[in-house]
Amino acid sequence: MLNKLKRAALGAHTPHDKATAASKPIPMPLPAQVRILMSQHIGAPAKALVKKGDEVFVGTKIGEAGGFVSANIHSSVSGTVAAVEPFRLSNGRMCDSVVIKTDGKQTVDPAVKAPEVTDKASFLAAVRECGLVGLGGAGFPTDVKLQPKQSVDTLLINASECEVWLTSDTQEMLECSDDIIRGIKAVLQYTGIPKCIIGIENNKPECIDLLCKKTKDDSAIEVKPLPSVYGTGAELILIEKCLGREVPHGGLPADAGAIVMNVTSVSTLGKYLATGMPVVQRTITVDGDACAKPQNVVVPVGTAYQDILDYVGVKGELGKVVAGGAMMGPAVENLSYPTTKTTSGLILLSKAAAQPAQVNPCIRCGRCVEYCPMGLEPVEVNQAYAARDVQELGKLHADYCFNCGSCSFVCPAKRPVTQMMSLAKAFYLGEIKKGGNK
Amino acid sequence: MDTKLIVSASPHVRSDETTQSLMANVIVALCPCVVASAIIFGVRALLVTAVSVVACVVFEWLYCKLLKRPNPISDLSAVVTGIILAMNVPVGMPIGQLIIGDLVAIIVVKQLFGGIGMNFANPALVGRIVLFISFAGSMNKWVFPDAAVDQLSKATPLAVADPSKLSLLDLFMGIHGGVLGETCALAIVLGLVYLVATKTISIAIPASYVGSVFVFYLIATKDLHSALVAVLSGGLLFGAVFMATDYVTSPFTLKGKLVYGVCLGIVTFAIRYWGSYTEGVSFALLFMNLWVPYINDLTRQTPYGYVKPAKKAKEGAGK
Repeated sequence: MLNKLKRAALGAHTPHDKATAASKPIPMPLPAQVRILMSQHIGAPAKALVKKGDEVFVGTKIGEAGGFVSANIHSSVSGTVAAVEPFRLSNGRMCDSVVIKTDGKQTVDPAVKAPEVTDKASFLAAVRECGLVGLGGAGFPTDVKLQPKQSVDTLLINASECEVWLTSDTQEMLECSDDIIRGIKAVLQYTGIPKCIIGIENNKPECIDLLCKKTKDDSAIEVKPLPSVYGTGAELILIEKCLGREVPHGGLPADAGAIVMNVTSVSTLGKYLATGMPVVQRTITVDGDACAKPQNVVVPVGTAYQDILDYVGVKGELGKVVAGGAMMGPAVENLSYPTTKTTSGLILLSKAAAQPAQVNPCIRCGRCVEYCPMGLEPVEVNQAYAARDVQELGKLHADYCFNCGSCSFVCPAKRPVTQMMSLAKAFYLGEIKKGGNK
Repeated sequence: MDTKLIVSASPHVRSDETTQSLMANVIVALCPCVVASAIIFGVRALLVTAVSVVACVVFEWLYCKLLKRPNPISDLSAVVTGIILAMNVPVGMPIGQLIIGDLVAIIVVKQLFGGIGMNFANPALVGRIVLFISFAGSMNKWVFPDAAVDQLSKATPLAVADPSKLSLLDLFMGIHGGVLGETCALAIVLGLVYLVATKTISIAIPASYVGSVFVFYLIATKDLHSALVAVLSGGLLFGAVFMATDYVTSPFTLKGKLVYGVCLGIVTFAIRYWGSYTEGVSFALLFMNLWVPYINDLTRQTPYGYVKPAKKAKEGAGK
């Protein structure tokens, strides 16, 4: 009750629609070519190591981390490099990319072998080498995450998967639980973090049962069922729900004594430690009302969206394609975009479902306030932003928003609240920068 | 690329709730009151309600037509205003006077300030107050056109000198004088249950408002019966459930809603207990409506990860 007075944060009841929860990931046929971006992570883009005409294999390093906060990039296919060229991303920025014509053999690079890990330094070096980043979507380089300056007492595994439609994490847990446990144990052993909590939303009872069974002999690992409301899977909210701590604004999870890893990331780490295969493929959920056969598919990194659509089939008239989850993922305008390490889903919406709703006047019902997981007040931010009132935006903490989409979801007037929040945030931060004072 | 894709900002799914569905919920919740008023006061109650609804919708449509604005009547908010205003007049209200109330509610209070979401006070409430002050004669005539119940009571229970003689059951069932919607507590509670069950409103405002009035009366009179009479009589329940919870004129946060409810309780109690008016709810609501922006300002939520500025950093971090 006292917490509710502080901040309602009810958590939106988004539809679960996890129709593909039981769909075992199957590899899709190899595309004729892949385009591997040199920037699939937060931080500096990787530098391409190959040039046109080079022969590459599965697991060959083709991009070298371009700085401390950066990640290596590996080839997901065997074949010949057709081009190394800049490519325009959906956010308008340019990014180097390596186009590889596949030879269909999928020959594994002879250099791929399980890394020798003996201590913390060699463990971190191995994590860095495999190009692992936060696969939940943020893409923060894992090796950087695993060496915090603050003291950390808990490794949190984010297995809540609160996004509508997505089930790739669910399948990862059901299919690769041993890899997950191996990954967790390695992180605990080499970083010296004493305990691990796996947070899973209670709409995935089979995952909870399986992981409970697998971890019952290990007192360091706890499986924590979480309420299935949207927002639980956000890193900050997960820390609050699992540990009862808040990350101070602008800080990292380590400031609250936690490191958060996505369940697929830790599973990929487990696989890498066993086989030495870096991050070259991932499971993607393809769903939505315009998808003919909703399913989980394993795709090589760099596969064009169009190739995936051709494989799963489009039903009716395609209106909108969303990369990632339906709540936070961007709508793409060009199906030649390639998948990256962090692409967790493709949502295909029909023309009818994609029609924008009619926007009505705000009735000040306060739902955006009640459901904001961060405890912000979008309706007030809207007024302050309309008046371009920098001081008021600061008082309302417009810069705390992380675009989860809850406010737009619950808005009965169907206003683009989340979009307004990001505009307000950008405006506020821009003005603060200009003014130079906080 | 042969097909053009639609691009828009996330999220790409929306809840089923719309302005229209919320207003429809309120209309459904008002139905028990309308039915009860027809049973208690006779069929003229239905006529009054129908006229008020039609007048509100027509005024809204006409105003937007004249000003070439998009037609807003499909959001059903004018219908809600019409029913609530009708529930706030006695059954014998002359139709012409009622329509003046509708005009004030829709044109003056709602549309002149910018339409739905922009009104500073609850339109139906101001409509009621204007009628109350302008046509005090008609507004205070608690006549029962139905002869069968005519003998029961002619005055609103609040004006009764000795409340201990009033039957709580009669009060709860609404067999006493008053305006159309306020008498039958049972119907109002049914409406409240529906509104809370459909998550249309939060229970915070009705609970804190009615609760605080009850507590104040209990302290002042030291008598459970009179405190219950105070809660069940007059417009308190109807106002707390249907008028204090108006989205536009109530605070956003739980903290704000509780503050608002208790302040309403204080003002209502003060007017009823010490003031010369027997009925304090509408003035309490109007008074507190004007405070809502300030309450909002003072009862903000604490955002996640907020640390108090450097001076008090230690306290903030320890929270």
